[in-house]
Amino acid sequence: MSSVETSSIAGFRGRGGALDAGTAGVALFLLGAAIFLLIGCLQSKTFAQLTVEGLALGSVYGSLALALVLVYRATHVINFAQGELAMLTTYIAWDLMNKGLSYWPAFAATLAIAFGLGTVLQVTLIRPVQHRSVIAVVIVTVGLFILIDGVVNWIWGGDFKSMKSPFGNGFFEVGGVTILHLYVGMMVVVLVSVVLVWALFRFTKLGLGMRAAAVRPAAAALVGVRVDSMLAIGWGLAALLGAVAGLMAEPSQIFLSPTFMQPILVYAFAAAVLGGLESPAGAVVGGLLIGVTLTLIVGYVPQIGSELQVPFVFAVLLLILLVKPTGLFGRREVRRV
Amino acid sequence: MRRQIPALASLLVVAAVLCLLPFILSDYNVYLAAQVGIFFIAVLGLNILTGYTGQISIGHGAFMAIGGYTTAVMSRDHGTNLVVTMVMAFAICFVVGLLVGLPALRLSGVYLALVTFALAVSIPYIPLQYSTFLGGSGGVSVQQSQVPSNLWVYTAAWACSAILFVLAWLILRGRVGRAFRAVRDSEIAAVASGVELPVYKTLAFGISAAYAGVAGSLFVLALNGFAQPSEFDIFLSLQILVGAAVAGLGSLWGILIGAAFVGLLPQVSTSVPVIGAAHGRDVVFGAAVILIMLLLPDGFAGLLARIRRLARA
Repeated sequence: MSSVETSSIAGFRGRGGALDAGTAGVALFLLGAAIFLLIGCLQSKTFAQLTVEGLALGSVYGSLALALVLVYRATHVINFAQGELAMLTTYIAWDLMNKGLSYWPAFAATLAIAFGLGTVLQVTLIRPVQHRSVIAVVIVTVGLFILIDGVVNWIWGGDFKSMKSPFGNGFFEVGGVTILHLYVGMMVVVLVSVVLVWALFRFTKLGLGMRAAAVRPAAAALVGVRVDSMLAIGWGLAALLGAVAGLMAEPSQIFLSPTFMQPILVYAFAAAVLGGLESPAGAVVGGLLIGVTLTLIVGYVPQIGSELQVPFVFAVLLLILLVKPTGLFGRREVRRV
Repeated sequence: MRRQIPALASLLVVAAVLCLLPFILSDYNVYLAAQVGIFFIAVLGLNILTGYTGQISIGHGAFMAIGGYTTAVMSRDHGTNLVVTMVMAFAICFVVGLLVGLPALRLSGVYLALVTFALAVSIPYIPLQYSTFLGGSGGVSVQQSQVPSNLWVYTAAWACSAILFVLAWLILRGRVGRAFRAVRDSEIAAVASGVELPVYKTLAFGISAAYAGVAGSLFVLALNGFAQPSEFDIFLSLQILVGAAVAGLGSLWGILIGAAFVGLLPQVSTSVPVIGAAHGRDVVFGAAVILIMLLLPDGFAGLLARIRRLARA
């Protein structure tokens, strides 16, 4: 989605050589990471298996991170309930399947419901406090977090549910490396939805309006863009991407429980910050990087085990902020007095 | 000076009521009143950060966890006097607050919110990993002989509240408080007037974390001296933030109401019919928070100010 970025702020990008040096550094870093992974995969089957798993999980983190970035770009606020919304929609999918729908129809219905839910929440709860302060909006999303948690526990109970994997238990074998259908399926579904959202932003009039509303709300309103509606649709799309993340994350978590998205939300935070918080492409790349790093670390450093995964990602988040606070694709914020 | 007389008078009334309460209330209600005192300290601490310095933290439960575990571990291993453990909790959380705040505070408030949220989700995993020292999922308990009564916790909680309230008032009325408010109102203007942004932002975060540490220490004592990872989940952090929002940011007067709201509502709402005990808390709590944010933009402090204006007119 980088072309969205460049086209909207082209005037700012072109100037000065310092930015270009930074871009080259980032490109070099990504190239280095790719070469490292490639060599590792050729050297060791375990490494290759972990890498595939990491990329699959990473695409899920990336799509949730993208949801966060969509909301952040438009309103400069983080929706802390994004993960819980994804959890709620996953429960809705579980319910639909329990009522007899097969996987893919339930999947489609869930995405539609998620879009509607996101839009309605923005209009009813966020819009009234939107112009007050960042803190006010954050607190409303926090209230939403608690409310969704309570509602899910109320309707479906807190016990673990299991959901059938849409991709079965099969696997491919590539050069002696087993690759689960599940992982390939996760990546394909997530990347297809990300590309569709990108295409919507890039090639449709609606997308153009949404980009305008995010970058220059006042100017966009003057040329006839309905900024309020654009923000609501943005929330809907974010909820939709979150639903994809929730549904694709569920099979890898073994069980569905009301807290299953909380660690994933933290990973998505790290991914979004790594990507620069403003950059949609950065969110996806950040998600893949976080996913691979986490899987490899857990695979090769047994001390981290299952308990220290979230604290590890927290440490990574702090490290990113210390070393490169603007992330890979972010730009330094310039404020006028 | 004259303008402060009503304020002082109402403070004295509150103090007198708090002194009388243990003689009137049943033991369980004393426990509830102690809960309010504990949240009073935590919300007060968060208000220094969010209300006066304009930085959001969604992770103060993490500092409560650190404070609580400090008390439990010191008592378990050395039988340290509980009051001393509270002072230690204050000091340790102050330092940890500085460490966590440093990287996040270089950026805008949203980053601090992200980092503190991630911290709050991470913290409960630490005792699970280091279970020999921190007791795993079973938790750590203070020594049997040191488990305090509800009355003890009540007294300690409100004594600490009083001390920390005065401390907050002293900090906020002077030079430091002016610097905090300058940072909140405009970072650029603050820098231009010679306020060292990193120093004051980090200091506010450290103080605020230290307050949460003391609250956490008391929180564990109120749970019969048991520190368990499940008590310090993300909900606790959200509760503190909600308390500060309900109280009204940037004012010390609403805090009592904010603390009572978050201290009592979860207990009261467990008896809500239809929804059921375990989830009533979250449903009622979440809905209440959203409603209050929509209807009372400045929390109860704002409501009080509005009433006062009406009374004067």
